[in-house]
Amino acid sequence: MHTPDAKPRASVFYDYAIHPYRRPPEMDGEAARHPVVIVGAGPIGMVTALDLARFGVPSVILEQELQVSHGSRAIVLTRRSMEILQQVGVAGPFLEKGLQWSRGRSFYRGREVYQMVMPHDADDRFLPGLNIQQQYIEEYLVDAVERSGLIDLRWGSKVLAVRQDDESVTLRVDTPEGEYDLTAGWAVAADGGRSAVRRLMELRMEGRSYPGNFVIADIQAKLDLPTERLCFFDPNWNPGNNVLVHRQPDDLWRIDFRLPDGETAEQALEPDLLARRIELVLGMIGKRVPWRLDWATVYSANTLTLPDYVHGRVLFTGDAAHLLPIFGVRGANTGFQDCNDLAWKLAFVVQGKAPRGLLETYSSERVQAAREICEEGGKSTRFMTPPTRGFRLMRDAVLSFTLSEEFCKDLLHWRTSRPHTYAHSPLNSFADEDRAFAGGPACGEPLRNVRLGDGDYLFDHFGTGFHLLVFAGTEGVSDGQRALLRQAGELGVQLGVPMVRVILAASPTPEMAALAEAALADPGGRAAAKYAAGPGTAYLARPDTHVCARWRSATAGDVAHAVRVAMGTVPGETK
Amino acid sequence: MIAKTLTTAQLEETYDRIAEAIDTAGEGREALFLAKLSLALAAMLGDPVKIREAIDAALRDLG
Repeated sequence: MHTPDAKPRASVFYDYAIHPYRRPPEMDGEAARHPVVIVGAGPIGMVTALDLARFGVPSVILEQELQVSHGSRAIVLTRRSMEILQQVGVAGPFLEKGLQWSRGRSFYRGREVYQMVMPHDADDRFLPGLNIQQQYIEEYLVDAVERSGLIDLRWGSKVLAVRQDDESVTLRVDTPEGEYDLTAGWAVAADGGRSAVRRLMELRMEGRSYPGNFVIADIQAKLDLPTERLCFFDPNWNPGNNVLVHRQPDDLWRIDFRLPDGETAEQALEPDLLARRIELVLGMIGKRVPWRLDWATVYSANTLTLPDYVHGRVLFTGDAAHLLPIFGVRGANTGFQDCNDLAWKLAFVVQGKAPRGLLETYSSERVQAAREICEEGGKSTRFMTPPTRGFRLMRDAVLSFTLSEEFCKDLLHWRTSRPHTYAHSPLNSFADEDRAFAGGPACGEPLRNVRLGDGDYLFDHFGTGFHLLVFAGTEGVSDGQRALLRQAGELGVQLGVPMVRVILAASPTPEMAALAEAALADPGGRAAAKYAAGPGTAYLARPDTHVCARWRSATAGDVAHAVRVAMGTVPGETK
Repeated sequence: MIAKTLTTAQLEETYDRIAEAIDTAGEGREALFLAKLSLALAAMLGDPVKIREAIDAALRDLG
């Protein structure tokens, strides 16, 4: 019998709500077959469910706890994560609560030796980073899940066993009232770094684990500092190691430091020692103010991934699929990109609109992304937690040089998570036309946001489904574009996939508004410049807004072919 | 000031290679390895003024 803790977790700033376990219909003899079951009501599991719901696919989420996660955990959301949250319609409360930022500063021997401002374009709606505690991330997502009407979130439900055949997957679920079997067409494992599903299926991740333990501690204190990333290398009180400080809402501060070699997690979390070290950090930043501890934990760095995220009818996503280093905020931010890639494909397969093979491209695209992140994140990790004497000497040499020289300062760059480019995806087509562009987002890259007016951005006009961006000339839409837009709409109806047609024109006309889901004014041609577009240019993007084909001039037949390639119903070209 | 003649990617690769080479040399022999490496790089550089500049820069902020 599973007995989850029904007592709210302790916190100095957050009131944990207890979500009651409810008896599922399966325990009263109703043998429903669900289209999708998702294991884990963390950020990735819930965004997967919300993204599926956009396409009308209902899901069940199984969560073993009765409350949201303990501690602030993920804290930094990247711009791309915010764009994904906007796609699923939940960005509002995150913007209201979160603290946006773009600058980081690094200190060595009491001097600022490196400063980096993460790139921000005037066309972007969101700043590069947004700090928010994971409790709020999950709370806002739970609210959206409960509003959706298509998602059955079952608290207090723990997965004990996984079995599957060609037709379905069945999970053995333990609850406060005993066990039951839940059968679904597909199971999504979004149950985090210690994934029960991964363990039950005896799957092994590939890659490496780094030595060195880090403490994460959240304290509540009035520090009166801006929202930025502060990094202190080799402070007097923690020689050879480093300290990171991040601001969070509610006067909460994330302090993150590496432990001396050989010290265990138990030793580091001993309350007196932890308190002494927090005092030392506050002294180091010149803020000896009263503080209260909210939460502390110990972690170490890994660059590990499953080699395949599709195992029969079980699909792995987020930390259940990979364990990536915390440096560069690659946990939740990678997970959101995983589920954004997965959800539309799974929805179309569930609905019988796309062949099962489409899911293989989820695995190939996202395993490739994880491997690149392991490679890139590994570099940051080797700098932040040198794995050998050689790497430590080199790190110390670079830090020493930063006090008098500039040439090696870029090695302090912390390489933040960014959207992955699916340049080699089999879902891309018309490669020659793609190469003919002098700029703009290439096949595999996400579409780029454009500021259209005050508080009005291109992405605000997007919907659910494929997106066809058509650039009209000063003469308005041509006969060819008229036919293209009309037939693209018909194609969407015929294939049963939503087609969001967007016209960008110097001055939109009522006719354009009738031809498309959105007709947007681009008077200065800023959108056209950003997309290297002339009159007649068209971009086709998948539902996750990654470009899959683009043309200087497209016919309806071209678009129909590209949509079918992106749905996996016809093979892409080999040229 | 030491000129930045390598791209950041080349500098990163150099960083990783030397770190791995120090580990290959092994504790106790790393100073000898690094001294040999300095001599080899100086010979390749072929500019006594720059070699002196590099030595001066490397001697700063050791403690």
